[in-house]
Amino acid sequence: MLVLPQKREFNFFIFIILIIFIISLRTPSFLDLNNFMDILNDTAILTMVAIGQLMIIVTGGIDLSVDASLALTGMSVALLNQHYPEIPLFIIILISITIGLLLGSINGLLVSQAKIPPVITTLGTMSIYRGLVFVICKGTWVSAHEMTEAFREFPRRSFLGISNLIFIALLIIVLFLIFLSLTKTGREIYGVGGNKTAAQYVGINLNKINYLAYTLCGGITGLAGFLWVARYAAAQSETAIGFNFQTIAACVVGGVSITGGSGTVIGVVLGAFFIGIVYDSLTMINVSPFWQMAIQGFIILFAIIINTIMDKRNQQLLLRKRSFNE
Amino acid sequence: MNNCILEMKGIRKYFYGVKALEGVDFKIKTGEVHALIGENGAGKSTLVKILAGVYQPNAGTIIFNHKSVQFLSPQISQQAGISAIHQEATMFPELSVTENIFIGHHIRNKSNGLLSWKEMKDKTQALLNRLELDIHPDTKVKNLSVAQRHMVEVAKALSLNAKIVIMDEPTSALTIKEVEYLYKIIRKLKSENKAVIFISHKFEEIFEIADYFTVLRDGKYIGEGKMAEVTMDEIIQMVIGRNLEHRYPQIEAEQGNTILKVKNLTRIGFFKDISFELHQGEILGFFGLVGAGRTEVMQTIFGIEALTSGEVFINGKKVNIANPAEAMNYGLAYIPEDRQLQGTILKMNIKENVTLSIINKISRHFFLDKEKELKITEQYGKQIEIKASSWQQLVEDLSGGNQQKVVLAKWIATKPRILIMDEPTKGIDVATKATVHNIISELAKQGIAIILVSSELPEILGMSNNIIVMHEGAITTKFTRDKANSENIIKAAIGSILS
Ligand SMILES: Nc1ncnc2c1ncn2[C@@H]1O[C@H](COP(=O)(O)OP(=O)(O)OP(=O)(O)O)[C@@H](O)[C@H]1O
Ligand SMILES: [Mg+2]
Repeated sequence: MLVLPQKREFNFFIFIILIIFIISLRTPSFLDLNNFMDILNDTAILTMVAIGQLMIIVTGGIDLSVDASLALTGMSVALLNQHYPEIPLFIIILISITIGLLLGSINGLLVSQAKIPPVITTLGTMSIYRGLVFVICKGTWVSAHEMTEAFREFPRRSFLGISNLIFIALLIIVLFLIFLSLTKTGREIYGVGGNKTAAQYVGINLNKINYLAYTLCGGITGLAGFLWVARYAAAQSETAIGFNFQTIAACVVGGVSITGGSGTVIGVVLGAFFIGIVYDSLTMINVSPFWQMAIQGFIILFAIIINTIMDKRNQQLLLRKRSFNE
Repeated sequence: MNNCILEMKGIRKYFYGVKALEGVDFKIKTGEVHALIGENGAGKSTLVKILAGVYQPNAGTIIFNHKSVQFLSPQISQQAGISAIHQEATMFPELSVTENIFIGHHIRNKSNGLLSWKEMKDKTQALLNRLELDIHPDTKVKNLSVAQRHMVEVAKALSLNAKIVIMDEPTSALTIKEVEYLYKIIRKLKSENKAVIFISHKFEEIFEIADYFTVLRDGKYIGEGKMAEVTMDEIIQMVIGRNLEHRYPQIEAEQGNTILKVKNLTRIGFFKDISFELHQGEILGFFGLVGAGRTEVMQTIFGIEALTSGEVFINGKKVNIANPAEAMNYGLAYIPEDRQLQGTILKMNIKENVTLSIINKISRHFFLDKEKELKITEQYGKQIEIKASSWQQLVEDLSGGNQQKVVLAKWIATKPRILIMDEPTKGIDVATKATVHNIISELAKQGIAIILVSSELPEILGMSNNIIVMHEGAITTKFTRDKANSENIIKAAIGSILS
């Protein structure tokens, strides 16, 4: 919950460096600046949405519908762009965020007002949102040549060597780092997840906090939807299927407690980056695609175990060092 | 023949460098009730947790039944014949009483190996009867009151047929009647030649029930002896290392205007027709047995539960408080009785817990002011003597009494005009209790109106200007301080209405 990266995150960072080093022994080109930028570009979207997921998991909930919301938003703006190419890009971006906020707020309302458990709610909306993708695209897809160039090129366009995609991800990281660790509402989010009765007793509005978490996550996801279809220059009905689990994995690898109440933005950023490296490197060192999924799963589990062990050790070290600053 | 059933020698335990125990000796005989005494954070719970196999000691030996043993897990300790009622709830709220009692040592049907629920239920019923508890074996634990849960824990310990029964502050949630039950049970265990380790901060209880005592201070062994051969003052001297002058402050605060007026407050099924007035600078005591409805009344006033009918006036104006946030806006604060469930956020540190209730005050616009956060925590943390290695320590890792202090600090920090305290000194040691009592009087002197809900008669008598006694959801009697004595209060609490 601190702003500065904690010891735990630092250790995880070292672990990642170590992994990169090992991979580059086998595949020196892995360390290429270009390849490195590729990895960053590949993980930018995951990082953003995982931060949204983090917020929800911290409150004690979960959002399984992020992949479907992402696809629905992506498809909507792609169709819009195809049929009304004259609409300026910043309007498109605003629309994608708005649709995302809307989809997220539906989850938020169901969880906070109708009191439906988050897993059930978002499993339901996942199907609904995915179903709607099929409905609006009528089974077809929007391909690269049907998009305007401005639309398609936006994520890639770069300034000082940094692509818009990375730039936006950085913006989200900084915004939510500040939001979760330095603001009142951020603190309340951790409070609700840590013990909702105690939070209620100090006058925190549980419904408001829950609603807010799902809605904000939706907003990020909507933006990610636009970035996704633009980057891959395709909007399909299957876009991003299974992406919801990646976001959860990024959180868990990054040390977020799945029962709520704890987890940091830095941890999640590292978690997403780690997953990005794993995916990328498996392709680069020519692991058979048949094996890739199983190995990914294995490595992620391994990281979680390491992380848990490190966390215990860190607490020991921390406690030993802490003393009253009288 | 030496009937010493357990001997622990030179026990050391460090939590990541925090010294909880530094070479503690402890021994207990069969048929003995042994009081383990010490301040909050002295290491009592840690010692019994080592015995119960929850923690492993860093050094020291345990001789049980004349053999050197290691309790590597709670199961091993239980099988050896040690059963523990821990300070923290260890029940499964969603399971029934029977399931809770037999979890970990289910009874199986000999012929087919399936669980034999009928037998377990019968045994549970028998245990409940033995404890004279009016609880159905199928009731889910979440539907029981705090006191009933404790009694179920006792039943569980009995079901294990243990040689040593550990009770870590078993009475902190019980009132007179239940405590009497508990004494009866403890005497019974004693007559069956079992050893009982009894932890409590209430010295009257210790003198009533224990035969022998061991005192710990700051994780160190201080001394032991027969209860019959010491005085209360000597024990207190050992516990805190100095003499304690604990007289109830008994201040005659000047009572000001009526600040809170409650008229015919009713919540069907919980309490009815509650009316009273509270003045600035007044300490109004609420006494009653567990289940009398005091907590429910307070929760309703604070907007946690909805009322069925009745009116609440603050400063003469009728108010409708729908939730705690509104209550806090009217200057109310409510210190809940269950610190783990309602009071603290265990995963947050002390600082974050203390300031969560005043989060608006420690934030400028939208942002938290970390410096102010630390300053306020320091101010109240020191005032109320929270013992921790730092303000960043997770509340989860504090001793039970210190968790309670965090809750007190958190609510006093809101600077309320009306402060409702529900069992504020539950689980708090003698020295701190005196501090808390002084703080309460100090607040009253400043004109804050205080409602003190307590099941401790001396506390109610010593602190209150006026006393209200409740029984089964209704007010039976109101006393002014000069008219009240323990006799007529208890009579009112058990339901015989006085004129
Ligand atoms: N899991 C833990 N991690 C870190 N420190 C701990 C842990 N458990 C206990 N401690 C520390 O060990 C010391 C002894 O705690 P313990 O719970 O044994 O006290 P106690 O005598 O039972 O106090 P109380 O009367 O308040 O219940 C305290 O300083 C406490 O902060
Ligand atoms: Mg304890």
